[in-house]
Amino acid sequence: MDLSPLFISIKTALLATTITFFLGLYAARYIRGRQQWQGFLDGVLTLPLVLPPTVVGFFLLLLLGKNSYIGQLLQQVDIQVVFSWEATVIAATVVAFPLMYRTARGAFEQVDKNYVYAARTLGMSEEGIFWKIIIALSWPGIAAGAILAFARALGEFGATIMLAGNIPGKTQTMSTAIYSAVQSGDRDTAFIWAFVIILLSLVIMILMNYWTNRQKNLVGRRSLR
Amino acid sequence: MSLFVDIRLRRQDFCLNVKFETGENEVLGVLGSSGCGKSMTLKCIAGIEMPDCGRIVLNGRVLFDSVQKINLSPQARNVGYLFQNYALFPHMTVEENIAAGIKTKNKKVCIDRYIKMFYLKKLETRYPRELSGGQQQRVALARIFASEPEILMLDEPFSALDSYLKWQVENELARVLQDYQKTVLFVSHNRDEVYRFCDKIAVLAQGQIECVSSKNDVFHAPQSLAASKLTGCKNHSRIRIIDGVTIEAIEWGIILQVPLLKEAVKVPEYVGIRSHDIKVVDDSLAVNTFAFEVVQRVEDMFSFVLMVKYTENSSPLRVEFPKENWQESGCIGDEIYLNFPETGLFLLVG
Repeated sequence: MDLSPLFISIKTALLATTITFFLGLYAARYIRGRQQWQGFLDGVLTLPLVLPPTVVGFFLLLLLGKNSYIGQLLQQVDIQVVFSWEATVIAATVVAFPLMYRTARGAFEQVDKNYVYAARTLGMSEEGIFWKIIIALSWPGIAAGAILAFARALGEFGATIMLAGNIPGKTQTMSTAIYSAVQSGDRDTAFIWAFVIILLSLVIMILMNYWTNRQKNLVGRRSLR
Repeated sequence: MSLFVDIRLRRQDFCLNVKFETGENEVLGVLGSSGCGKSMTLKCIAGIEMPDCGRIVLNGRVLFDSVQKINLSPQARNVGYLFQNYALFPHMTVEENIAAGIKTKNKKVCIDRYIKMFYLKKLETRYPRELSGGQQQRVALARIFASEPEILMLDEPFSALDSYLKWQVENELARVLQDYQKTVLFVSHNRDEVYRFCDKIAVLAQGQIECVSSKNDVFHAPQSLAASKLTGCKNHSRIRIIDGVTIEAIEWGIILQVPLLKEAVKVPEYVGIRSHDIKVVDDSLAVNTFAFEVVQRVEDMFSFVLMVKYTENSSPLRVEFPKENWQESGCIGDEIYLNFPETGLFLLVG
């Protein structure tokens, strides 16, 4: 049996989570600091969460395809995004991004403003405050966001099949492998991949619960002061 | 080494209009009830809140000026701000908390110095939640001192402590402030704390500075109703001036002889007297002496508190006596003679 969908899926999900992790943190910080257009920008950044993934995939195709400005620019340096492995990463990143961004923003809002004020009067740099105070204090929430984003990236189907296709050994992930298997009447393979996905998702949910409990404990301990 | 503040700020239903200046290396007390704008003033000085207009100058350095469009970041202002609940970083140890404010290269030496100065030896690796309230305050102070601020601002420094601990922590802070040769702003709603710590007192009421004067003036001769209330005076009445030495206390329902009224910009509208300045006497022969009916009696730890009325419709006065001077009279319904010494009467503007 060809195991490549498992490795492609995990590789894609890991890389997409890493990218979306930092993008999400900085986006949350940027949006929180803004005075104007906050609601609008927040809406735009959350859009991939509520849009059908096929719509996201369609727009990514328009944006990165051969006829687009960016596509042509990339072609000049011999890079073709569409139907490449990188495309699975891009699709997964975009779709998983809102989860990371939203959870990070929510977690930042939980941090007592006085800690930030105190850090400022003590002369800590804004970058230092962001990493050492805000991120450190909202870490359980951020980790939960990263896990959610990973789960979403792992199960991504619609945008991936639009942008990266379903090429075995190259862009075929577990989700798209199930689709192919069912299409060609190979129920056994479909069952195996479905089982693997259920198992992985379950592990992720257990991890999530662990983090949520930890977060509750942390908050409880802090209020003991 | 001084601070000049003149700021105005408007938020929904709150208006702050504050102007004061501290002397050389002075401890200025800011006395005000909760919600009067004390913390907001400190936040404006620290750069956490931005005033709508005005000017803040610290040691000749402009921190904020709405005309010149200067607004330094909190980091650049170099002020030490002790938050009400200390705002120690809960995920950092004592040592890490202190290190957070150090700007110099040689952090270790600096940390050790302040650990010693604030008696925090052996607590270096503890987390804030593992410390007592007093220890937490020492860490917060050590952290502020390590950042070498040009001014120290204390926001209700004892509000988070219970009364037993408070006295000890107060003494420690007094020791630290004695050696501290810089300007200190001490904000509190507690008149006793302010009296013990400060040379000069600014009374803040409803976002306005009522007065800035020496501690003795504020406590022994308050000028305004708000200042009188904040310094602990319990009895106030509106007045009608009859002539230069006589007034009618409208709510109390009595006519009082007062020290000669001075020509003032603002005509006094209120009279006040502290509950322990009212004397019990045997008869009503002397000036400012009246017969009152006792309507309520409360036994306190060291004193008796009586609520008395002159007539049925007048508002009650509060009188207080130490227990050792207590005679059996003064039960509810009794009539007692009370004397209002001229020197104890404050004439106040609204």
